[in-house]
Order: sequence, then structure tokens, then C-alpha cells
Amino acid sequence: MKFLSKFYIGLIFLILYAPILVVILFSFNESGNLSHFSTFTLNWYIELFDDNDEALTALKNSLILAVSSSLIATTIGTLAALGISRAKNRYYRQTLESVANIPMMNPDIVTGVSMMLLFVGVGAAIGAKSSLGFWTMLIAHTTFNLPYVILQVLPKFRQMDRNLTEAALDLGCTPMQTFFRVELPSIMPGILSGLMMSFTLSLDDFVISHFVSSPDFKTLPLYIYTQTAHEVKFSMYALCSIMILAILLLLIAVNVAGSMGERRARKKAHKALKGGVR
Amino acid sequence: MKKKSFFEHIATAPYVFWASIFIVGPLLVVLYFAFTDQEGKFTFENILSLSSYSHTFIMSLGFALIATVICLLIGYPLAYCMSRMSERTRNVLTVLLMLPMWISLLIRTYSLMALLDNGGLVSGLLTRLGFEKLTFIGTEGAVILGMIYDFLPYMVLPIFTSMNKLDVRYLEAAADLGCNNRKTLWRVILPLTMPGVISGITMVFVPSISTFYISQKLGGGVFDLLGDTIERQFQNAVTYHTGAAISLVMMILILISLAIMNKFSDSGEDIIV
Repeated sequence: MKFLSKFYIGLIFLILYAPILVVILFSFNESGNLSHFSTFTLNWYIELFDDNDEALTALKNSLILAVSSSLIATTIGTLAALGISRAKNRYYRQTLESVANIPMMNPDIVTGVSMMLLFVGVGAAIGAKSSLGFWTMLIAHTTFNLPYVILQVLPKFRQMDRNLTEAALDLGCTPMQTFFRVELPSIMPGILSGLMMSFTLSLDDFVISHFVSSPDFKTLPLYIYTQTAHEVKFSMYALCSIMILAILLLLIAVNVAGSMGERRARKKAHKALKGGVR
Repeated sequence: MKKKSFFEHIATAPYVFWASIFIVGPLLVVLYFAFTDQEGKFTFENILSLSSYSHTFIMSLGFALIATVICLLIGYPLAYCMSRMSERTRNVLTVLLMLPMWISLLIRTYSLMALLDNGGLVSGLLTRLGFEKLTFIGTEGAVILGMIYDFLPYMVLPIFTSMNKLDVRYLEAAADLGCNNRKTLWRVILPLTMPGVISGITMVFVPSISTFYISQKLGGGVFDLLGDTIERQFQNAVTYHTGAAISLVMMILILISLAIMNKFSDSGEDIIV
């Protein structure tokens, strides 16, 4: 039984990873066809950055967009979570939460086309020539990131000890000071994971960007989409391999940092316990 | 209880502003477009004209349902097997499961295409083994396989999470009270992991029914799914209204499916109690 389940797990993960490994392998393939591997080469990687700086521009655009949209979404989302957790009116609270659910439940394509209709409509109303571009991308990315931030931060506000807030206020902190000195540190883990999540969601998004972008502001996924539209390009295999490697490194870094933080926390708790006994 | 501060009062203001313009606003615009013609006059024409797309609706629904069921059939046993492993192995497997979710859908679909392409690795291998030349790209199977491959981790992760939360004492109690393994699985584990199953189904079904990249790449342009149809309508301003109508109907279709499923999960919880 144990063997069988190990075999099953191994098989499924092998299938899950086989195509990815094939792409990485064939990004080093000299012959430029998919049926067999001839000799090792780095030509596709050189071609990727040599031919044009389109790939680098797309990378730069992706990073600018991901950083700015995740920062804006985290700010608005954290404030919203604060307000929702303190709101006394139940219907107000529920309405705000269900509105936040809309972009998560809706298929990406519907979110994309509905925003595009809004932007195009407003653009036509004010008589702009082309209404799509960086700003519409920024708005769209911020919008689909917002719910995820609220989802991460709201539980932290709910778990927070309200007595600390009361104590800070009693001891003469202004509400502003209380927020920044007492409440903010205790919800920080939620904020950070919300920020992290929005950053990666934004880097990754293709479907929504596809509808609200213009050809002069292309992100990496859009660049890959146009490049792979008609033929197999091995320089795209190289780009995909680089991106997979970057994600792998990021995921490992996050995990290592997480487990190190956990260990440190455990050590601290251990020390505190010892001190208590003494 | 202290009165709310001014700061707490205005905290939701930016969000309310943003959400009403950019979350609720676009949906109203879709409604407007779905029920007007090009001169902006009210009409049912767009919705009524959708009957010519009924084939697309049925095919998309069918593909998405098949992909979801297969994902569940593969994913549930996988999550079960994974949850039986030691903690260390479980952590490694969780990372391995999440890595594909982080890799862009474009990249993963494109790499599946590398494997299945006519003249690609798999068909090359099969020809060398003496099979006659097979074509994968452009078949129903390839599109459904693409959906399964792309969305399987989204099925497994929520089920795996709810398996891990399962209290071992329930299983011990079931065994003590005379359940054999199979009975425990059906009567205890399955009902208790139902919330994970429901969110897994949602996370596979919704992107499957609305995809257009998978059918473009692996379907070889032969299959026109809902996503493809919508995408095409929005390349030309003339057909915005039809596109909006299709999007609206798809949205309602998904909402109904989700509502039915939530009903199922509720009754599932009743059985436990």
C-alpha cells in the first residue's frame, strides 16, 4: 500500500514536470527541432538578448507594473481591512467583503473584457485617441490584486488583541500613532504575504493584461504570447527556462526565510520559557 | 466601547472609491453593452442572437466538466496519498505542487505543446517504436489534456490542505467503531474534506470554461471555446455588444454552477452532524 501510493505520487509529479523539463532541455539544443537532441548550445539564450531589446523592455515593464500595482493594492487593501474589521454595520461589512470576492470568482477573461469596455468607453467619452496603455494596466492589476490583499490582512486584524489598542490609547497615543506603532507591527505578516502575492500575481497575469494593454506597453507574458503566436521559437524556450529558474529560486528563498523565521521564533519561545522557570 | 476614531471611519474610503469604479463599474458597463445596440438603444437582440453560439456553450461546458471530473479523479487519491507521508516529505511535496502554480500558464501550456507537437518528442518516440504517425494537436483530447495539466495543482492543493487539517482522532474513532478502511474513506474522510473538494472543483472549472490560450495552442485553432469566441468579439469594436452578451451569460452560468455546488457542500456537512 505504502509502495503503491509512493509510486502514484511519483508518477503524477513526473507527468507534471516532464513538459517543463523538456523545455529546459531543448533550450540548449543546437539543432532547433523538437524530435531529438543534437548538441549542447547557448545560442538561443544569446539570440534572446542579442536580436532586440524587446525582451529586456518587457522584463522592465513587468517589474515596474508589478512593484507599483502591488504597493498601491497593499496600501488600499490594508486600510480597507482595517475599516472592515472595525465597521459596526453588518450589512456594510458584508457588502464590502462580497464586492472584494467578485474579481476572485469571475473568470479572468470577464474581468479583462469588462475593464476594457470601461476604459474604451471613458476614453471615447473624453476623446482620447487610444485609451489603453500603462495606466489602464496599472488600474487593472491593482484591482485584481486588491481582494487578495484584503484576504490576507483581514484575518490578522480579527486575530489582533484589541486590548493592546485600548492600552495604547489610554497611555496617550493618538489613533494614528496607535495604528503605526501597535497595530501595524502585529498585522505585518499579513501585509507582507499580501504584498508578495500581489507582486507574483501581477508578474504572472496574461489574460487580463491581454485585454487592457496596448502594443507600446508589453509585459513579459504578453511578449511571450506574441512571440509564440505562430511558430515554435527556441529563444522562447530559453526565456521560459530563465523564468522557471527565477521562480524556483524565489520559492526556495521564501521557504528558507520562512523556516528560519519559525526556528528563531521557537528559540525565542524556548528562552522565554526557561526564563519563566528560573 | 470606545467610539470609532475619524481615522477608522475614512479607512475604507479609498477602497470603496476604487471598488465602485473599477470592480462594480465594469460589470455595469458589460450589462449596458449586452442590452444595447451600436446606437445605444435598448435591445434584446444580442442575447437572442446567442442561440447561434449554443454549440460553443455546450462544447465549452462539456470540455470543462470532463477536465474537472478527471482532475478530481486523479487529484483526490493524490492528495490522500500525499497526506499519508511523513511531515518532511509532505513539505517537499507541497513546494513541488506549488511551483507549477507559480509558473505562468502560458509557459506551461507552451511546454506541453513542445511535448505533444506533431513531430515533437512523444510522437517521435511513438513513430520510432513502430506506431503510425499520430497527431495530438488539434484533437479534443489535447485540449482537455491541456486543461487537466494546467489546472491539476489547483485541484490537489485545497484537498490536500483539508486532508492535513483532518483530526486523526476521527479516523481512530471510526476504526474503533468498526469501520474498515474503505468505509472510513467514504463515511468520514470524504465528507470532512468536502470543502477542499468544492474549492478544488471551482478552481479548475472556472478557468477551464473560460480559457482561450489552451484551445488556441493545443486545439490548433480547430475548437472555438467560449473564451476564444469572447476574445474574438473584442478585437473589433463592431462586435463588442455580442461579446458583452456572451460574457454576461457565461458569468451567470458560472454563478449558477457555484450555487449548485455550494448547496451540495451544505448537505454534505449535514450528514456529518
